[in-house]
Amino acid sequence: MTESTEAALRAEVSAWLQANWSPDQGLVEWRKKLVDAGWGAPTWPKAWYGRDLSPALAAVVDQEIRRIGAVGVARTGIRTLAAATLLAHGSDFQKRKFLRRSLTGEDTWCQLFSEPGSGSDLAGAMTRAERKDGRWIVNGQKVWTTSAHHADWGLLLARTDMDATKHQGLSFFVIDMHQPGVEVRPLRQMNGHASFNQVFFTDAEVPEEHLVGELGGGWAVATTTLMHERRGADGVGAVGAGASTTVREGRIYDEERAEVATTMEPYKWYPQRAGRVDLVLKRAKETGKIDDPVVRQEIAKLLILARSAEWTARRARAAQALGRPQGPEGSLGKLAASHVARAAARVHTLISGADAMLSGPDGPEDGIVAEILISVPAVSIAGGTDEIQRNIIAERVLRMPKEPGSADDRPFREVPKNAVG
Amino acid sequence: MQFSFTAEQQEFRQVLRRFFEDTSTPQAVRRLMETETGWDAAAWRDLNDKLGLCGVHVPEVYGGQGFGFVELGIVLEEMGRALVCAPYFASTVLATTAILNGATEAQKQALLPPLVAGEALATLAFAEPSGRWDGAGTTVAATPAEGRFRLDGVKSFVLDGVAADLVIVLARRPGSEGEEGLSLFSVRGDAPGLTRRALKPLDPTRKIARLEFAAVEADLIGVEDGAAAPFAKTLAQAAACLASEMVGGAERLRESALDYANLRMQFGRPIASFQSMKHKQADMLLEVELAKSAAYQAAQAAAEDDAEFPALASLAKAAASEAYLQTAIHTIQIHGGIGFTWDNDTHLWFKRAKSSEVFLGDPTWHRERMLRAWGH
Repeated sequence: MTESTEAALRAEVSAWLQANWSPDQGLVEWRKKLVDAGWGAPTWPKAWYGRDLSPALAAVVDQEIRRIGAVGVARTGIRTLAAATLLAHGSDFQKRKFLRRSLTGEDTWCQLFSEPGSGSDLAGAMTRAERKDGRWIVNGQKVWTTSAHHADWGLLLARTDMDATKHQGLSFFVIDMHQPGVEVRPLRQMNGHASFNQVFFTDAEVPEEHLVGELGGGWAVATTTLMHERRGADGVGAVGAGASTTVREGRIYDEERAEVATTMEPYKWYPQRAGRVDLVLKRAKETGKIDDPVVRQEIAKLLILARSAEWTARRARAAQALGRPQGPEGSLGKLAASHVARAAARVHTLISGADAMLSGPDGPEDGIVAEILISVPAVSIAGGTDEIQRNIIAERVLRMPKEPGSADDRPFREVPKNAVG
Repeated sequence: MQFSFTAEQQEFRQVLRRFFEDTSTPQAVRRLMETETGWDAAAWRDLNDKLGLCGVHVPEVYGGQGFGFVELGIVLEEMGRALVCAPYFASTVLATTAILNGATEAQKQALLPPLVAGEALATLAFAEPSGRWDGAGTTVAATPAEGRFRLDGVKSFVLDGVAADLVIVLARRPGSEGEEGLSLFSVRGDAPGLTRRALKPLDPTRKIARLEFAAVEADLIGVEDGAAAPFAKTLAQAAACLASEMVGGAERLRESALDYANLRMQFGRPIASFQSMKHKQADMLLEVELAKSAAYQAAQAAAEDDAEFPALASLAKAAASEAYLQTAIHTIQIHGGIGFTWDNDTHLWFKRAKSSEVFLGDPTWHRERMLRAWGH
């Protein structure tokens, strides 16, 4: 980017913000202006609420918005994944219907991929969508669905052809979550929280124009969603980054805080899930374990791992920002984050000793340490297990050959499946 | 802090990679490691005539190229990758850096140009038979004698100690203790009273020597009793350089293991198609990339003389030590029986990995040093 383009852009954004920004307006009302002007998602194409800006120039827009204290578009939760997926694969009708409302925060989304019978093997989804009288009728069950209980729309991966092969029989839909055929029940986890849901479909309906991409082309669409999900799982920045953290006065800020609080509620234990490396030295000093040479070594190993993982993620981002082809470092973030979390849980146990048996107000750090210990096992599973990550790294980054027989060309009807129920 | 190399630095790396691929083949390494000095004088001259590598991090006023530790790190990463047999670590990384950190202006002007030109070879003698790497472990005594000094005692683990024309020695004032009373001295390699014995190294590509000083005449470098800080800085910078060298070697091993897994057929398919191999390769990639990130940060911090540098140097050294050795172990395992043979090249890097694991301090020592540098 040349300095003059950057300066001109900065001046343009700044002038627009001067004319339009005020904290005394409704959140949605403001975001509509922002989105329609193209400043809400400046990297997006001009035809769809954007300005075709490079990531580097979009950062300039972001800086200006922050500098004046203005509120940005809605960036929390699954809506970001929905928008990215629809931008890539959606029809013009779908883009018109969903993109703007996703950016303004009017709509909330959930992702309906995993099923009780298909976790790592997502393409083995058995939820059926059958065409009947110009509509799709959906029956089946999804699981691990964050925010399903307050979602307006769901990204649905469903089987439309039992006689096609596993991957080719899948299609991708947008489903209205507010209908009688959709039932949402919370799913309680081993750490006591219920951040996810099970979703049951009984003759739920999807209009034809909500098929995303080709009929039978659902796997390619889902892959786009997953790619965006994993990109955000490298441990740099939390889910929902971009939300304002400073407490500001005004109606619009109250509305934004309420939105973030609702969307982020299921993620409140995520810092513990990641291992809370930030607490390790403090805890070691408070307990005196910092003087134990064995504990010191383990702490040092953890800090080396955590710092190296952070730098590796930053290398990947720096290469991306420079427009350089992504090196292997870009695919390692999620696996590295698992290692960090597990190592952190081990060190927290070492530091806490017998107190690691206690939780809640009786436990160290008012129960935070206990929550770390019983939340960390999720890191190496959620969003793609470590084993699947290793397969992806081996096959896509290192170009190692696929397992013979993994390309299943039988009709899905004949593929062995888990018993349901 | 930067997280990417500039286009010029990437180009520099490519030039070096091509040069070493041509000149430092495994055959060349095998030939040189069997020789007494361990390197080839003509190739060493080439390295400097064509690439000017001995002066990479030396300011131009002393004849150097005026680059910094990021560029020096690139040189070492590429040398580690190709297992280059040369007195580079001894002369350029250890001795030249020690002179830059500790010598007076006049001494720099006198000592550096021949080293930068690659015409003279120097090394740094600091460790002793005790195996301690820090300055406080120094016992070699420096007694003032008619305006000069006399050195008595034993140094060990001295890189290229037999071949060096100039030996920079860390010694202490008799009766001093710990970090007090330390000074640097220069001694000619052929000085009377100096007995140099080549030790038999586990890694034959890196020659090490034991140096016995019996009333050897020496010249003070820098300030008397003032070597503790410049030596500690030199040690941290050398540790960061060694980390770069190690991640270069680790990456080469990882790639060779991958190539072999793709070629080797068992049970009617390439072993690379077995998930046990894929997961091992993915883990190796992760470990090597994490160690590379640490080495790059340490080099960057050295270049910027960042306050956190001593901690990051130890961090990078510990990470690289573990990653290099682990990668070497995996690489032998992936090769199976052939990996344990002399004819297979893996052991050349394995031995460098094992030797580098303890050289300049093992990972346990550096982890402790890192925590202390951070004030914990």
